[in-house]
Amino acid sequence: MTHSYIHIAVKRFLQKLGNNFIDQIWRLGAGARLFALMLISSGESFRRFRLVVREVYFTGVLSLVIISVSAFFVGMVLALQGYNTLQKYGSSEAIGVLVALSLVRELGPVVTALLFAGRAGTAITAEIGLMKATEQLSAMEMMAVSPVSRVIAPRFWAGVIALPILAALFSMIGILGGYLVAVPLIGVDAGAFWSQMQANVDWRFDIVNGVIKSIVFGVACTMIALFEGYDAPPTAEGVSRATTRTVVTSSLVVLALDFALTSFMII
Amino acid sequence: MTQNIVEIDNLSFGYKNRTLHKGISMSFPRGKVVAIMGGSGSGKTTLLRLIGGQFKPSSGEVRVDGKVVHKQSREGLYQLRRKMGMLFQQGALFTDLSVYDNVAFPMRELTDLPEIMIKDLVLMKLNAVGLRGASQLMPTELSGGMGRRVALARAIALDPDIMMYDEPFAGLDPISMAVICDLIRTLNDALGTTSIVVTHDVEETFSFADYIYFVADGVVAAEGTPDDLRQSTMPFIHQFVHGEKDGPVPFHYAAVDYKQDLLG
Repeated sequence: MTHSYIHIAVKRFLQKLGNNFIDQIWRLGAGARLFALMLISSGESFRRFRLVVREVYFTGVLSLVIISVSAFFVGMVLALQGYNTLQKYGSSEAIGVLVALSLVRELGPVVTALLFAGRAGTAITAEIGLMKATEQLSAMEMMAVSPVSRVIAPRFWAGVIALPILAALFSMIGILGGYLVAVPLIGVDAGAFWSQMQANVDWRFDIVNGVIKSIVFGVACTMIALFEGYDAPPTAEGVSRATTRTVVTSSLVVLALDFALTSFMII
Repeated sequence: MTQNIVEIDNLSFGYKNRTLHKGISMSFPRGKVVAIMGGSGSGKTTLLRLIGGQFKPSSGEVRVDGKVVHKQSREGLYQLRRKMGMLFQQGALFTDLSVYDNVAFPMRELTDLPEIMIKDLVLMKLNAVGLRGASQLMPTELSGGMGRRVALARAIALDPDIMMYDEPFAGLDPISMAVICDLIRTLNDALGTTSIVVTHDVEETFSFADYIYFVADGVVAAEGTPDDLRQSTMPFIHQFVHGEKDGPVPFHYAAVDYKQDLLG
């Protein structure tokens, strides 16, 4: 009797596991299909660029506060921690380089992408999910207006444009925060702080690579947010779950992509 | 030009494990107001989506202006949809746009009309539904009835040949209901459109419809003019028209024996 219960439980568990796996493959396919359709339907976004500009405002400009404040604190913490370690080796003047490289290469693109997923990504998912739940996307379809070209594509390009700019601002404000802690507060020489940074931060290998990362993260985060909204079941619970999935999936994808990109860039 | 602008021919449709329509045939003559009635969950709204090409039938076909809807390419389908207007149950107004911009939306998206002309057209459409004065309000500032009227103005923005109404009276107070009722008939006659109204409100529908189809158990259970149906002795029609709790449509959803269910 017990044996048959275990048998049934194992069978159900495996069935559930298999179904979840198949669901994920389906979702991956549906996401790729939406991405391809969105790329094909992007012409409208470039012809009427004000649609994209409007979304840049919602995803980019409205994220400025959280990005700026976070960057400032991250920069300050980097300077404190960096000084604490560097002074043991008598190279506290290198603190400017440490702060700049950490921000430009890694923290700028990665933390911006994580904050972007939390601030703008969730907003995109919830908005599109609710548009679906309230039949606004169906209404558009019935008017012979493609929601992919009118709703999805402008938001995608806005995210791809906004994220690198936000990442650049993050790095800039982070460096400023680091400067304020290192120079006026700790007393590191200002000339050494800036000159070492200027001498050791490479345009191609540090800055351009950072920008490439942020563009890739922009594509990933925005597409995940758009797909989750578009694919959300049209109910309150469905939209709430989709919003959570946006943050979780975007964060994991950003961290995994960061590792992959860094490997390619360094090796 | 065919006499019937929309024809549903032996159509069957179902979701994953539930068959909704089993060989339904209907025709919608040009210029008429035709209602599709039936209980909740009888697949009335799905019929509108099949006419609009949002779903594909399992068998049979829907023809709009002589063209089989589900065999159209994406472009062909969009061409057909330009002849249709649809009023959704909850209005489906774009919440980030004002009333004015909602009505202007299809004109801006689908035509090259100059903004000055769009302004005149939008004000004319809003005037037709009595809401010209509300043009600068946002959808969240409108009552349910007003929202439905704005959605109606948007649906008729490009003077469609076919107007589809999905439960236009749901959740409305009696005054708003009378207003919508009157608008459906007036706009139909003034614009020369064909109206397809999906509803389960008996009194209102019987007052303005030219012809009515009753859908039950996936088939057309009865059809006829309001007068024919009022005099019908069919048990289902009698139960529906008189709002009786029990009858051919049972009060209880299909379930196992009550006693057995309670005793486990």
